[in-house]
Amino acid sequence: MRDTSVLDAARNAASGRETGASTGASRLRRRGGRPFTGPRGGSAKRRVQHPWWFALPALAVFAAFFLVPNVLNFFYPFTNWSAFHSSISFAGLSNFRTIAHDGSLQLALRTTLEYAVGVAVFQNGFGLILALLLEKDTRFNRFFRAVFFLPVLLSALAVGYVFQALLNQDGAVNALLSDLTGTHVDIAWLGSTTWTLVLLTVIHGWKWMGLAMLVYLAGLKSIPGDVTEAAALDGAGAWRAFWSIRFPMLAPALTFNVTTALIGSMNTFDIVQATTKGGPADSTQVFNIYMFRIFGEGLYAQASAMSLVLFAVVVVIAIPVILGMRRRERVLL
Amino acid sequence: MRVLSYRTLSYRTLRPALVVAMALVFIGVPLWLVLVTSAKPQGEAIKPNLALPRHWQPATNYRDTFDQGQMLRGFVNSVLVVVPSVVLVLLLGAGAAWVFARRSGRLVSAAYALSISGLLLPPAVITIVMELRQLGLANTRPGMIAVYTGMYLSTAIFFMTGFIRTLPYELEEAARIDGAGSWKVFTRIVLPLLRPVIATATIMVMLFAWSDVFYAFFVLGGGADATLPLNLYQVASAALYLNNWHLIFAYVALMSLPMVAVFVIAQRRIIAGITSGAVK
Repeated sequence: MRDTSVLDAARNAASGRETGASTGASRLRRRGGRPFTGPRGGSAKRRVQHPWWFALPALAVFAAFFLVPNVLNFFYPFTNWSAFHSSISFAGLSNFRTIAHDGSLQLALRTTLEYAVGVAVFQNGFGLILALLLEKDTRFNRFFRAVFFLPVLLSALAVGYVFQALLNQDGAVNALLSDLTGTHVDIAWLGSTTWTLVLLTVIHGWKWMGLAMLVYLAGLKSIPGDVTEAAALDGAGAWRAFWSIRFPMLAPALTFNVTTALIGSMNTFDIVQATTKGGPADSTQVFNIYMFRIFGEGLYAQASAMSLVLFAVVVVIAIPVILGMRRRERVLL
Repeated sequence: MRVLSYRTLSYRTLRPALVVAMALVFIGVPLWLVLVTSAKPQGEAIKPNLALPRHWQPATNYRDTFDQGQMLRGFVNSVLVVVPSVVLVLLLGAGAAWVFARRSGRLVSAAYALSISGLLLPPAVITIVMELRQLGLANTRPGMIAVYTGMYLSTAIFFMTGFIRTLPYELEEAARIDGAGSWKVFTRIVLPLLRPVIATATIMVMLFAWSDVFYAFFVLGGGADATLPLNLYQVASAALYLNNWHLIFAYVALMSLPMVAVFVIAQRRIIAGITSGAVK
């Protein structure tokens, strides 16, 4: 029945809205259940008045340039598509076997997940601290909110170069530390196989902290004043009132920020490419860095296999986390 | 009560100092590094530091970003890709969001769920290249516009659908009674009401598309259509080791200006838009 009503609506839209108006009432009775918005309103009217073809261009572009590639991505990883073959033929699981045997699959998985956790922590931590520091709507705070939003406006590639210049062994931070301590400081900030990845997540967090701050500010503003007043009357100090009352009420803002952090970090490329290019010793080689490199080598199917793994990671790990947070939010509020 | 007021007093005096110190260290230092390095000759900039240039040559460096870095061409290319993408995302997204917000039924919910799947799912960048090659759109601006539009439609549809659901339906009805058709209702009533969320969507899409280099690598490659970030990458990769910091940072400073200008002009609307769209 729903299908026919869509067809009806399409036909009505094509033949002009007046025909829809006359059949509107009868269809409204058949469907029922929708709130009645007025003598001439109702869902049947809405179907006619909001014809599908308004959505069709968006659906077409989205399908052609987002959905179709993702569907193709379930096919090409199982082929020998590369710059070295003139034709494409079925190759089974060989691409997955290759990336699993040389360890790049496990490495990309581990670095990307560690990166995502780091970014979620730092982006949220920095954003929340800034929001709490700049909570009141004063001229001073508004100015500094704009200042801390500045990194969001820079391209991530540019941010990467700025931090490479800061953290290089010959870079500005070591020079500054040398001047301050009076000794020659020579720390290889970007040369550690353990800590450089963490440092990159701090940089990523720095780049997006302004956005997280704005979202937390909106969350703080939406907390009714009487709730915090009641907490103060009950004798809760600022610390207690924050963790017991205000922080739980920031759940929607937290969900939004963790979501953007997870999705942004799963798709990270620019900052890593501009600072370490995946090094040292591949210790910061996230999915996209690997794909970029291997695609450049002409091994398209192998890159596509890695892209499918990334897809699976997002579906299996990131989306359940996000949905779980949304459910928790509903329990809390 | 007394203890509390002492504590708030000390926090009240400490907080501004803390904020200023943090801004100086975390924003001021990187910004300062960019600006001073962009005014240094290559020899001084090879080991980047916070010292003032001994020899000032900002004019030479910034001129070189135009000659060697093809700043102007990159800027035009970026505009020619980002502006059509933003316009398409907004127009197509608004049309879809209107239908999704006002109609109901299983088919509508399914189409809506599918259209916002791009919020979370990663774009399949490798097969996008494959598809664009077959369509003859690889290494072309229309190809890049199509990819950006496909990537950011989900965001726009999500924000706009949520927003349209909060708009009173009576406004549309009144226009209908006055004899307006669907097209007229959409362009005269719905689009103008969408203005706040359009501002948000614009800034979000611009933030990503203006600075994107990853997808541009795959779709545009280098070539004559290269956007600003691609050019920056080429400037930085011109030598085996990064040794042209003076040019890189002159480039960074210039290429960031448009976004900073947009932000300064529309600051209030952007902040209001981002915050209202997020927590809903």
